[in-house]
Amino acid sequence: MAQAQNVELLDAEALLTPEKESQALVVWRRFRRHKLALAGLIVITTFIFLGIFAGLVAPYHPISYQNPRYRNAPPTAEHLLGTDEIGRDVFSRLLFAARISLTVAFLVTGTSHFVGALLGGISGYFGGWVDNMVQRLVDFLLTIPLLPLLLAFSSILRGITIPFVPAQYSSVVVISVILIMFGWMGACRLVRGMVLSLRALDFSEAARALGMSDARIILRHMIPNSMAPIIVSATLGLGGVIVLESALSFLGFGVQPPIPTWGNMLQAAQAGLLGQPAKVFYPGMAIFLTSLAFNYVGDGLRDALDPRLKL
Amino acid sequence: MAEVKTNGDHGDDLVIVRNMVKYFPIRGGLLQRVVAQVKAVDDVSFTIKRGETLGVVGESGCGKTTVGRTLLRLVPYTSGQVLFEGRDVFQAGNREMKELRKEMQIVFQDPFSSLDPRMPIGESIMEGLVVHRIGTAAERWERVINLLRLVNMEDFHAKRYPHEFSGGQRQRIGIARALALDPKFIVADEPVSALDVSVQAQVLNILMDLQQQLGLTYLFIAHNLSVVEHISSRVAVMYLGKMAELASRGDIFENPLHPYTQALMSAIPVADPRKAGSRDRIILEGDVPSPINPPAGCHFHPRCRYAMKGLCDQEEPEFKDYGTGHFVACWLVEKEAG
Repeated sequence: MAQAQNVELLDAEALLTPEKESQALVVWRRFRRHKLALAGLIVITTFIFLGIFAGLVAPYHPISYQNPRYRNAPPTAEHLLGTDEIGRDVFSRLLFAARISLTVAFLVTGTSHFVGALLGGISGYFGGWVDNMVQRLVDFLLTIPLLPLLLAFSSILRGITIPFVPAQYSSVVVISVILIMFGWMGACRLVRGMVLSLRALDFSEAARALGMSDARIILRHMIPNSMAPIIVSATLGLGGVIVLESALSFLGFGVQPPIPTWGNMLQAAQAGLLGQPAKVFYPGMAIFLTSLAFNYVGDGLRDALDPRLKL
Repeated sequence: MAEVKTNGDHGDDLVIVRNMVKYFPIRGGLLQRVVAQVKAVDDVSFTIKRGETLGVVGESGCGKTTVGRTLLRLVPYTSGQVLFEGRDVFQAGNREMKELRKEMQIVFQDPFSSLDPRMPIGESIMEGLVVHRIGTAAERWERVINLLRLVNMEDFHAKRYPHEFSGGQRQRIGIARALALDPKFIVADEPVSALDVSVQAQVLNILMDLQQQLGLTYLFIAHNLSVVEHISSRVAVMYLGKMAELASRGDIFENPLHPYTQALMSAIPVADPRKAGSRDRIILEGDVPSPINPPAGCHFHPRCRYAMKGLCDQEEPEFKDYGTGHFVACWLVEKEAG
């Protein structure tokens, strides 16, 4: 009797439950409505593809091609954006610089958010002295003014040789490691805050009642549930890393020539600022466009991933 | 140290709780020192018989939920002993505790926070099997489907997310998750108090059907006396971290001995308006005192109309059996019994 009644109730419930739509699809549908974010996504995708296929798109080799007859040349059909002070093709270098700058940006934000999420998860979940240690470390690192510290570190690590990495590229690795070391604290605080509220919920208690280990609860329940803000923060962070890396390279402490990045191209171009002001404009525009695009995409994702905002 | 009995001779008792104490420290000041203790559970002893439902009632903050969570060692205990089939729960090492967790599960009050919103419910139900490395992937899915059917849900529900279900459905999913490891004992922590009345009956009936089918034992925590009367075989009444009375369902509803239980029973709404007028309603004066600093003697004495000066406010009454398993902690009952 009771069973039959329950079955009837079930049918009614089944009819009332809306058709399942995949989570990713819902997010994409909401993201699409944000026009600027969509434009940003297109810009970033374009830059990524240009970076990946720089070898095919670029008319000249960015480093080894040097035309001594065309130094500081203005744009021509031969050299779309002209040549730099030692006769290299600016357009080709810009494309290869996209490869370096974007790789560093993704590597740094990816790793620093991974490390930050893990430490934040541990810190928030265990609380007590563990939490205290991690958070005081975060506080300490955040109080240090970043730029002088980065300058100091990169000049110390400048001459280092890293196994399996060509000597030319060692500065790329060094700058990435430094940016990761001083870039994980935001994600750590973010995840810690999320986990503090998540671990009080019954589902984490249920996991403990099932005999699940703390590590598994953090990895399977705490961090996945903090994913939305992490993704948003990482996307916004990408733009920041590009700017920071450019700033360091501009100051001469980042990626070392002859490897092109937007930052060191900017620095090289400023020498000829009066004669060729446009040379500053190209890498500057690339930095400006990508960081702006990342910011819009981040904004779009923030809205798309927030279930409380009904768009 | 009380001796730990072997598996055979604990008789009918599945769970034995002896002098369970759980204090929550309150920290304050610059050094975060312990400045006070919330005495959530203050020396509670009882047993749960195999196959029965022990209902625990009491008002908010009386410690009934804490009893359930401390018993399962989901929160650290302060002192006391819990024996599950003779095995000491509080003293169990990591590996032994993991084994014990298979036998004892919990169903939560809030159906909205008890399931991970990022996980399809089939995976949530399966987690226990994964953690304990039971079965192959295919066997686990089969088990999940069987569990869903057991709580009157459909196979295809397994792939859906919690937000696609109603409160009653989620509560049944929570029950399925608790059953996944084939436990003998389930703490049901107010499993229906967040649900609509019509859905309450549905979930209660499922719990009772499952008890019949699987021979489960429940510790059923609630504040709704009608619900407790419906499902329990014995009922315990808690007040301010202590047990006031524990008796069979019939005894406690027909013949409540503790003045607090009497007041509670008199507060049950009566459907018939003609009878409702004639009943003797006991109104308690004042509020429940703070569990940080509970009154001396009997915790209930400041609000008790029978309180005896020099006795009830001085000495604590013993929680004693007054025949046929009717436990009461009250000086009045003790005096009358002689």
